[in-house]
Amino acid sequence: MEKPLTKHIKPGTAPYNLKEYKQAGGYSAVAKALKNIAPGEITNLVKASNLLGRGGAGFPTGVKWSLVPMDGNASKPKYLVCNADEMEPGTFKDRYLLEGNPHQLIEGMIISAYAIQAEKAYIFLRWAYKKAETGLRIAIAEAYNAGYLGNNILGSGFNLNLYVHSSAGRYICGEETALLNSLEGKRAVPRTKPPFPAISGLFGRPTVVNNVETLSWISHIVENGADWFKGLSLTPTGGTKLFGVSGKVRNPGTWELPLGITMRELLEEHAGGMTDGHKFRGALPGGASTDFLIEEHLDVKMDFSTVAAAGSRLGTGTMIILDDKTCPIAFIHNVEKFFALESCGWCTPCREGLPWVEKMLSSIERGTGKMEYLDLLSFNAKYFGPGNTFCAHAPGAAEPLQSGLKYFHDDFVKHISDKKCPWR
Amino acid sequence: MLTEEEIKEIQEEIKQYPYPSVACIDALKIVQHHRGWVSDESVKDIAQLLGISNEEVDSVATFYSRIYRKPVGRNVILICDSVSCMVMGFESLYEYISKKIGISFGGTSSDGRFTLLPISCLGDCDNAPVMMINNDHYNRLTTEKIDELIEQYK
Repeated sequence: MEKPLTKHIKPGTAPYNLKEYKQAGGYSAVAKALKNIAPGEITNLVKASNLLGRGGAGFPTGVKWSLVPMDGNASKPKYLVCNADEMEPGTFKDRYLLEGNPHQLIEGMIISAYAIQAEKAYIFLRWAYKKAETGLRIAIAEAYNAGYLGNNILGSGFNLNLYVHSSAGRYICGEETALLNSLEGKRAVPRTKPPFPAISGLFGRPTVVNNVETLSWISHIVENGADWFKGLSLTPTGGTKLFGVSGKVRNPGTWELPLGITMRELLEEHAGGMTDGHKFRGALPGGASTDFLIEEHLDVKMDFSTVAAAGSRLGTGTMIILDDKTCPIAFIHNVEKFFALESCGWCTPCREGLPWVEKMLSSIERGTGKMEYLDLLSFNAKYFGPGNTFCAHAPGAAEPLQSGLKYFHDDFVKHISDKKCPWR
Repeated sequence: MLTEEEIKEIQEEIKQYPYPSVACIDALKIVQHHRGWVSDESVKDIAQLLGISNEEVDSVATFYSRIYRKPVGRNVILICDSVSCMVMGFESLYEYISKKIGISFGGTSSDGRFTLLPISCLGDCDNAPVMMINNDHYNRLTTEKIDELIEQYK
């Protein structure tokens, strides 16, 4: 089984330096692309590969790039931004790639910037990822020295300057337009779309924002082609994915596996199954903002369309397991408290609804909840939904709430009727 | 008043941007790096340097969770309270630390040694529970490990 993204990552050891990375075949895709392939053809290649964005939304990367104006009159400079603000609860995959192979990301960014003819690129990095920051800064300096960054890269006439921006906190910075406001030194509130960032992004210029895992793929696709990429998955989508499992399992961790493996394989073969004395009750399959899946879904294939068909989202591909020793109301309360705290306050359903939901859940968990709260929780979940807010924050918060109300209805009722939490 | 060093560092950041106010977050981080937190006076000084209003600077400063608008202790302990850490025992860990250093979330110990704050998911969920002390990351926490760690920060 091929593991293109992680084959050179050895946890516990330093990432490859430039020399080691080159010895392993690194930076040959940059040379190939900048010397022999026209920018538009790179975009076509990425389109043909069907690489879907790995940040959680699964939007086709090549399509995103193709929205960037490429004629001589396009306003300049154009920008490429790497979204490395990983903060979705239960998600720890980008940290693995950032700490494990910074040159792979840099190489992917150079080719991606060339494809859209961006002259400036930023890595918007979670402030807490100190080890990743150190590794990235070293790798970027090496890339400048070797002529992979800066002016006239490898004699191609293409220029690119790459900067690391360490954030100052807040989950909303991961929303791509909020991220752009934050890079501009403002409060990270989302922007109205349209215009989309591809037309008017950072400082009003055409901008593409892509996730770490997405950008890490680009050199491999240029090197091996679209058909190779498509052949990596078990489903027709294409590619492997970083999957992860956390919670009461024997071997929590992150693994690169083909898209289309089942939840059961992920849980039992890779995560080693539940720890002794704990039973599986459900999981958020792709981070905190995805709907619960339960035992009957264990044979669902982990891919964007298949998880969606089961009523959830693949999201970031990192599952959080709910076990039978953990109160599901406490679990859901924890997640909604996070969303309430991290709301930027821009839209009413999110700013007002989330704290209301948090209070009701807290009350139910403490045994002081009322039956009418169940309808009020559903009411809020409905109004958090897409179309009522500027961004996906509140719709994301609705997912574990609405599915939790459905699958753990009896637990909610028991808390309210017994006036106490059975787990306490 | 900002020190010469602070001004120099902020101006260095301004250079890479199309206009000065873009450096607002950088400026806040620089001041906090030198002083531990950002006072009302510093907000005014930054506003003046960047050519924007005090209110604009404060609206940014109060938005971001890692900018402190109140003094903090010499060491800031950030315990992850998100869902994977909750499942893996955040609550008992918090109670242990809180009792050990005698403060709750939001508090600073009377000797100024520690401030204790919750933090959202630190992206190390397969090694939960996790926390940071200042810029250092620690995982797979146990009470024994906490005892050892606390001793290292004076």
